[in-house]
This record gives sequence, structure tokens and C-alpha cells, in this order.
Amino acid sequence: MIRDITLGQYYPEYSIIHKLDPRLKLVVTLVYIASLFIIEDFFGYIIVAAAIFAVIAASRVPPRFVMRGLKPILIIIIFTFALNIFMTSGDVLWEYGWLHVTRQGLYTAFFMALRLILLIVGSSLLTLTTKPMKLTDGIESLLTPAKKLGVPTHELAMMMTIALRFIPTLLEETDKIMKAQQARGADFETGSIFRRVKALVPILIPLFVGAFRIAQDLAMAMEARCYRGGEGRTKLNALKFKRRDLAAAFVSAGYVAAIIMERILL
Amino acid sequence: MTIRVEHLTHTYNKGLAYETKAVDDVSFEVADGEFIGVVGHTGSGKSTLIQHLNGILKPDAGRIWIGDIDITAKGVKMHEIRKRVGMSFQYPEYQLFEETVYKDIAFGPRNLGLADDEIDERVREAMSLVNLKFDEMAERSPFELSGGQKRRAAIAGVIAMRPEVLILDEPTAGLDPKAHADILSMINSVRERMGGIVILVSHNMDDIAATTSRVFVMDTGRLVRAGAPAEVFSDAGYMRGVGLGLPQATEMAAMLGLDGEPGAGVGAAAGETAPGTILDMDGLVDAIVSARIARGPDAIDGTPRGEEDRNGATRDEKGVGE
Repeated sequence: MIRDITLGQYYPEYSIIHKLDPRLKLVVTLVYIASLFIIEDFFGYIIVAAAIFAVIAASRVPPRFVMRGLKPILIIIIFTFALNIFMTSGDVLWEYGWLHVTRQGLYTAFFMALRLILLIVGSSLLTLTTKPMKLTDGIESLLTPAKKLGVPTHELAMMMTIALRFIPTLLEETDKIMKAQQARGADFETGSIFRRVKALVPILIPLFVGAFRIAQDLAMAMEARCYRGGEGRTKLNALKFKRRDLAAAFVSAGYVAAIIMERILL
Repeated sequence: MTIRVEHLTHTYNKGLAYETKAVDDVSFEVADGEFIGVVGHTGSGKSTLIQHLNGILKPDAGRIWIGDIDITAKGVKMHEIRKRVGMSFQYPEYQLFEETVYKDIAFGPRNLGLADDEIDERVREAMSLVNLKFDEMAERSPFELSGGQKRRAAIAGVIAMRPEVLILDEPTAGLDPKAHADILSMINSVRERMGGIVILVSHNMDDIAATTSRVFVMDTGRLVRAGAPAEVFSDAGYMRGVGLGLPQATEMAAMLGLDGEPGAGVGAAAGETAPGTILDMDGLVDAIVSARIARGPDAIDGTPRGEEDRNGATRDEKGVGE
């Protein structure tokens, strides 16, 4: 059933990683992604892999669960791997017709695949350990300086929060509409592509109508409670940078130092 | 057409920590022509149960026969099932999508692959059954109708498929009293004209008492009671125990101490009434009248029968407005 799709893929746990300030996690994730592009050899990736495994262990998210995030991009990984392995020129190791595998190609292929995997694992760890609402809070807070430039940061964050909040609602709505149309004999699974696209119309129209209805109700409810944007608005759970966040920041700094040292020294 | 359900079980989120048995070992049979009411508090498994009857949900265990077809068997054509079992979900008006009411009602029959003139005939019939005037409504957009009209148009879309089993999930929810009454009388006229089985899921015990011939009570996924409305509603304590109420007339009769009154329930749903259970206002009036005749003008004082004699309290002493 469509309702079974997991979204935001948050994994509830009470680990230190889960409790960290989302702002710190966002910044560290960005730094981590940047670090992946600084590294130029496999030894660097050993440091990265060690670090990421330490974080996974600390987060108490089952590694199996983390690896699940790789599934959707598996095709991209395989594609880049194949592209690199066959398209890179250099010392030929194996040849068949116009296909050839070079030593450099093999190296680049593994290197790039590893980079992609580490990239996805690292960033999915952020969403696995941070509730979507906290994430948007963090983004809003980090974007505060942009407010001076006239960027409506609160409104952007509110839009994101609402969008996230209503994904499950709309999925449920879709599920209901699909069932109702199926009960009227609609068939979504067979026929040509053209027919299947056409079969979506009886779902999409009620869904849009429903989305507008929900939006209208929500706007009304917000207005009735005197919502008027971010000006002077306080938060129930204000973000606080605690001692453990400071500690985590130091650990992260150590990681960055190690990466840079590796780059300079090796 | 008959329905037979054997040991039906459905589990949501199987294998996960939060798995729940929405339907738990439910068995029943429904004979042709029956009007079944399904009641149960929110989350008792009513909706899950009925969604199995037209193959929208697949059971984890158990079998379902619609007529002589086992719809849980492998390779069964869902099309055949949907043709026989029509289902109107909660808030069916949210499924409307076509430009005109006509096209929307024709959606189901068209999916059955019928010819245009057959479709036309069915749309006209369905619209007259739900009391929507063809000339006025057929070419209007379904989105500009009133709430009650939208609901009826949506139900017409199911009726136009001429199902032998019509399932209605909360067809009166959220409607104003007039639209509510319209839907109820519509259900009755559909039943008279089309025959077959009607299954009504509702939280409204008055609707259930007024229309159905048999009531199924669901609680935590189990079918805990099945019987004539008078039988089921006679056990007020049990119904409250599973989070349900009683029809207003039944409630009122209990407040007046008229429940169990001999001769009560005379005017209630003809024939199937167990003696003593009042199901509707007519029955209540009859009971009041017969009590006054039998026991004099002071017979009804709001004291359950029997108590009066024990503690000697009268209506004046107890106060009227409590």
C-alpha cells in the first residue's frame, strides 16, 4: 500500500547523535561533504569511513537501516562505476573489442563509487537522526543572517515545515482516492503507458482539489490563531547550543584537521 | 447473492514493532436481501473489514465468498468482484473528478466496458435513485454542487455499476439534518429498487436501528455481536462497554423506565423486534401511551421501573430537570 512508504526516514532513538543541535549537525554534514571532495586517495577514505562508522555506532541506528538509503541511488553508482571503468584511458589491463579496462579506470571507478557511497551514507545519517521539524528549525536559525538581506527565512522554514507535515496526510488522501476509484473499476496497473497515464487523472484531480481544500483550512486555522509571520514569534522548543554540542564541534574539528593533514602529508 | 466470510484476519504493519490486528478471526454469513449494519467505535476494524469484501484489501488469513466466487483465491478477476460489490467510502464526494456530474457517474459503468446507451440508461437510473434531477444536474460540474448533492452524486457513481452488494461506509457523516435524511431515504429506495445486499457502516445508531435488519458489532478487530437491532440494542451495558451508544429512542425509553415494558417496540422496525426494545420514536410514543393506559397518568416519572417502590421517591422530590 502507498501508505507504507517511509518518508524523511527518521529513525527514532535516544542516542547522543540524535540529541545534538540540528544546526551543528547541518554544518558538520556540509563540512563532511566538502571533506569528501578534498580527499584524493584511498587512505583519506579510510579516515572518512572510520569516522562515519563511529558516528553510526554512536547513533545506534542499525547499519542495515543506513545502507537502505543507498538503494535508490544504486543505479547511479553502478552507472558511474561502469562509465569510469571503461572510459578512462591509461595502461590497458584487459581488452575485448572496443571495450577496455585500464588500471587508472579501475582506480577511478572504485574511488568515485566510494565517494558516492560515503556521500549518501553521511547525508542520510543526518535525516535518520534528526526529525524533519528540527531540521527546518535548524535551517531557519542558520539562515538568520540572510534575513538582513531581505530573505524571508521564517516564511521559507514555515513552508518547508508545512510541506513535510502534509506529506503523510496527502499520501493517506491518495490512498483513499485510489481505493475509491478502484472500487469504481479503475485500473492503474495494466494497459499501455498512455492508458496508465490517463488512468491517473481520476486520482490527480481529486488530490489537487483536496490539497487546496486542506491548504485553505490550514490558512484559516492559522489566521484564527493570529499567525502573522516570524516577527516577534517565540518557539516552544528553542534550539540551545549545549556542552555536548561544543564537544561534538571539537570532535568534528579534529576530523577536519585529520583530513587536511592527510592531504598535505601523504 | 450471498456473502460468506470465514476466519478473516488482517494485520497492519506486519512484522514491525507496531503491528496491529485490525481484523481478527471474523466469520459471518449474509443472506441475499439482508440489510446489515456494522457498528463499532473508531479503530474497531469496521472499515478494514468491509474493504475486504470487494478485494481492495487482501486478508492475511481466511476466505471470502461473494456468491460462489472465492475472492481470496489466486487468479480471481478483481473486475468481476468490483462489478458485483459496489463500495462507497467515507466522504465519497472527495473522489469526484470529472467535468460534469454525468461523466463522473458514468466513470464506473465505462470501466465495466459497457456500451454508450447502456451507460446512459444507468446514469439516468442512478441519478433518479439518488434524487438528483437529470435535466438540472447532469451537465453541471460536480464541484459546484452542495455538500449533500455531491455526496449523492458520488454514491450514484457506485450505484450506476448496479452492484448486487452495496457497501456504504458512513454515508451520512458530516451532513446537515436535511441532507442526512435525504441520504437515508435514498438508501431505502435504492434497496427497494435494486434488491441485493446492503451493508451500512455507521456511528449513528438511529440510522442503524431505522434501516438495518441485522447488526454486527465490532470491537478491537473482532465481531463480538450479531443480531437483530432490537436484540443488539437491548443490552445497553454491553454496547457502552464497547464504546457505543444506543438509538436516541432506546436511550430515552431507558431514562423513562420504559425499557422492558411489555408491548414496547410495537412500532419499531417491523417483525424483527425483540419484545421490550424500543428502537425509534414511534415505538417510544407507543410505549408511553400503553404505560399510561396500563398504570395511570403518573406512570412515567423518569424513575426506572422497580426503584420507585423501593425508595418511595416521587417525581416532585427528585426534581424534574436532572
